[in-house]
Amino acid sequence: MSEFEPVIGLEIHVQLSTRTKMFCGCALSFGAPPNTLTCPVCLGLPGTLPRANAQAIHFGLMIGLALESELAPRSIFHRKNYFYPDLPKGYQISQYDEPLCRGGRLGDVRIHRVHLEEDAAKLVHAGSSGRIHGSDASVVDFNRGGTPLAEIVTEPDVRSAAQAREGLTLLRTTLRRLGVSDVNMEEGSLRCDANISIRPAGSSALGTKTELKNMNSFRFLERGINAEIARQEAIVRAGGQVVQETLHFDPQSERITSLRSKEEAHDYRYFPEPDLVPVATSEEMLAAARGAMPELPAEREERLQSLGISAASARQLAWRSELGDYFEAALAHDGHSRPQAQPLANWVCNELVARVGEEDPNASNVRPEALAKLVALVSAKAVTVSNAKLVLDRLVADGGDPEQIVE
Amino acid sequence: MSTIDVIELTGAAAVEALERGELGAAELFDAYRAAAVDDDLNAYLWVAGDAPAQVPDGAPLAGVPLAVKDLFCTEGVPSQAGSKILAGYRPPYTATVVARLTAVGAPLLGKTNQDEFAMGSSNENSAFGPVLNPWDRTRVPGGSSGGSAAAVAAGSAPWAIGTDTGGSIRQPAALCGIVGLKPTYGTVSRYGMIAFASSLDQAGPLTRDVTDAALLLTHMVARDRCDATSIDFPGAIALPRSETLEGIRLGVPEELSGESDVGIERGVLDAFNATLRLAEGLGATIQTCHLPHAPHALSAYYVLAPAEASSNLARYDGVRYGLRVQDGGLVGMYTATRSQGFGTEVKRRIMLGTYALSSGYYEAYYGRAQRVRTKIAEDFRRAFEEFDFVVTPTAPSVAFELGAKTDDPLAMYLNDYCTVPMSLAGIPAISIPNGLSEGLPTGFQLAGPAFSENRILEAAYALEQAIGFDGTAARGAGP
Amino acid sequence: MIDREQVLHVARLARLELAEDEVRRMSAELSDVLDHIEKIGELDLDGVPPTTHVVEVSGALRPDVVEPSLPHDVALASAPAVADGGFLVPSPQADAEPA
Repeated sequence: MSEFEPVIGLEIHVQLSTRTKMFCGCALSFGAPPNTLTCPVCLGLPGTLPRANAQAIHFGLMIGLALESELAPRSIFHRKNYFYPDLPKGYQISQYDEPLCRGGRLGDVRIHRVHLEEDAAKLVHAGSSGRIHGSDASVVDFNRGGTPLAEIVTEPDVRSAAQAREGLTLLRTTLRRLGVSDVNMEEGSLRCDANISIRPAGSSALGTKTELKNMNSFRFLERGINAEIARQEAIVRAGGQVVQETLHFDPQSERITSLRSKEEAHDYRYFPEPDLVPVATSEEMLAAARGAMPELPAEREERLQSLGISAASARQLAWRSELGDYFEAALAHDGHSRPQAQPLANWVCNELVARVGEEDPNASNVRPEALAKLVALVSAKAVTVSNAKLVLDRLVADGGDPEQIVE
Repeated sequence: MSTIDVIELTGAAAVEALERGELGAAELFDAYRAAAVDDDLNAYLWVAGDAPAQVPDGAPLAGVPLAVKDLFCTEGVPSQAGSKILAGYRPPYTATVVARLTAVGAPLLGKTNQDEFAMGSSNENSAFGPVLNPWDRTRVPGGSSGGSAAAVAAGSAPWAIGTDTGGSIRQPAALCGIVGLKPTYGTVSRYGMIAFASSLDQAGPLTRDVTDAALLLTHMVARDRCDATSIDFPGAIALPRSETLEGIRLGVPEELSGESDVGIERGVLDAFNATLRLAEGLGATIQTCHLPHAPHALSAYYVLAPAEASSNLARYDGVRYGLRVQDGGLVGMYTATRSQGFGTEVKRRIMLGTYALSSGYYEAYYGRAQRVRTKIAEDFRRAFEEFDFVVTPTAPSVAFELGAKTDDPLAMYLNDYCTVPMSLAGIPAISIPNGLSEGLPTGFQLAGPAFSENRILEAAYALEQAIGFDGTAARGAGP
Repeated sequence: MIDREQVLHVARLARLELAEDEVRRMSAELSDVLDHIEKIGELDLDGVPPTTHVVEVSGALRPDVVEPSLPHDVALASAPAVADGGFLVPSPQADAEPA
């Protein structure tokens, strides 16, 4: 047991799958050539004004409902002022002290708030064609600029990298079920920052926190947080002090580097965005959000348990919704050889996952009805468990019908 | 018709002449185009090359051309907001209000000079040189819509549009002897208006008489889906006809018409008081009223407007349009571009606004100023329970000499003393020519509750008839 | 009062560079204006709500319907420098100070 306890809060940015950007009618970009999805508004041309996307607010309310947040009857957009080439207006329109949703929970982690904002543009290093006075240069592509984001901020309730990963997994599943985002970390539609501090185990004081930015996969999230905890522990053990700063984790070298220079001392000069009026959440908007809610992981977990599935399997199937979907497809397989829920759940959660890993089993060679048939054969003792595992190997490799393979 | 006669027509009279066929749209446009090209007041920054191919049949404004303040975006036409940082900038779209007016038959005649980003009360803050007052070329035309006001007064435009943030339509209208109207905030779309202070900016007409102001305004008000803060004007704007002020109660706020605090010039006060007597003669009752927070309006304004401006002007960073000055890396490019692109007054206000929003000062400045704004709006609401209109001199002085106040920002800011309270309250106000003091025009301001434009126009029209101001001297007063 | 240090700090935040005489003049002028502005400190504003918008508008949300974007060449037409189909800028990394 370590002498230190990590205290971690997560800030998760989710790109919403609306048709258009947060404040203008440009379509969202999926790999379109640079600067082909821009307009006077999202380029920040003089004289232009933002108009808030009703669908983004609808999605924000759905997220708030899923996280059991309190939905604000009135929320306000602010301007967050700073200069950066990916920020065309010199400010980001974001919510500040009157967000769309407050409070709530994600599993056993409390939610602080959920608010809406606009994404920055993309800055790419320029090739040899683009140097300025012999110096390095970048090229700005405003296609992504203005994409609607929901920022979900947790309370500092997370105590380990593994718990952070677990929480983010549940969030991803929830958002996928809601249909409000692609939630793809590699493509950047789900991005996670972590605020990390450590304190002597058993203490309730808060240490100085650092912000670890933009870890772009679940694996890096876990490794990055662990690396930062180790770094802070080393500093404190050596009698030093952790400095409050923004950090970047490089997954290749596993090194942590400081992201911003001192000049960037934060002073965002927030003030209410005068170009937008407050968002009044009407009864109609609430009803529409409630009406659009699908079954959420917690509800699915409960329902699966009621089928006689163990708590651990039910959670795994509910939290990794693609596993749950696969399981339910297999369970629904009609026929004389209908498997029982618990053995099938075991085969999905243990044997199949061991073979396909993080992949979506629906995309594997093993069709749900094939697995259902195999599990039924085992239950009927038509095949031994160890032989069935060999059959599953064959199914993963080549697909096919288990009955034929058994013969 | 001779060119002189054509140019003496008001906008409404020109519409009638065009509709009766006494005048051709091309003839009218060319007469004004020639006057605008010959303009020696530096009122124009760009003049249209040709008459428009065609004026839509039956268009209500029949082809009477329009001068437009530089800060309105006009597709393919320089729109520079009077700033070096936007020198030569040609936007890919047109401001809603300009598009609306063009569509009803008021083609673009030219873009008029202004104080840089509408920050100023003398038009001396233009990167393209000051505008001269047609009544006396050694004096300023007021600002920030100084080019629009001077062009209309001098007869190089039949009418014009400008913008008013704290008095930028009304004050130059007063100093140039024309009519300037600031409508209720939100009734005219801000889309395409290069922003100074978003919560205060409002477009409005600058015209030779009240009828023209009503006629232009008719086609300016409308909710615009591109401007989330825009609202429908209840009903329509009607052309004013009233010749009496029977039953009208005018409130004269002690705080905005005394001699003590503001230092309103004797001659301006005399002209103001003379008009009050005329109003009484027309049947109005006149009483002193109180706007207890009005003396604090200027302070609140000089927090709120610069704060919003500091953010609105952050987009001029040399990345996507406008000036870029390369100096080292990214931060060097930003600072060199902005330091060389913005003029002194703009930098001063960016500094003031950045300071007021910066960490630790927000509540003391911005937060308090927003609360003062609430109190000022309440003051007006209370006054309008007893009075139909609040009336004041528009500006504390007649047009002052070029250079007289350029070294004293505070003295310059005091020009807006009587116009800023209405801007903070978002209510409509008009300035009408109010006779001369020492040979220079003075202005009479009428302000009413939100959406009272029709009543304001009626009262202003009745007063205008009684005052009988003659502005031809400015048009004949060439060198 | 706004002193030299504050003037320099604010100028940095606003990405403005002031020459030495401008710093002095700005400090004096801004102090004058701030002295005037600080009169609002005398008012009793306890319990007074702030005004952010003079008119409250409801239903100003935009339906999620795609509108045409600008043609690529128009989007870049006013750019001071262009490369690889985008807006060319000095690299922000080049500014980062050594830790």
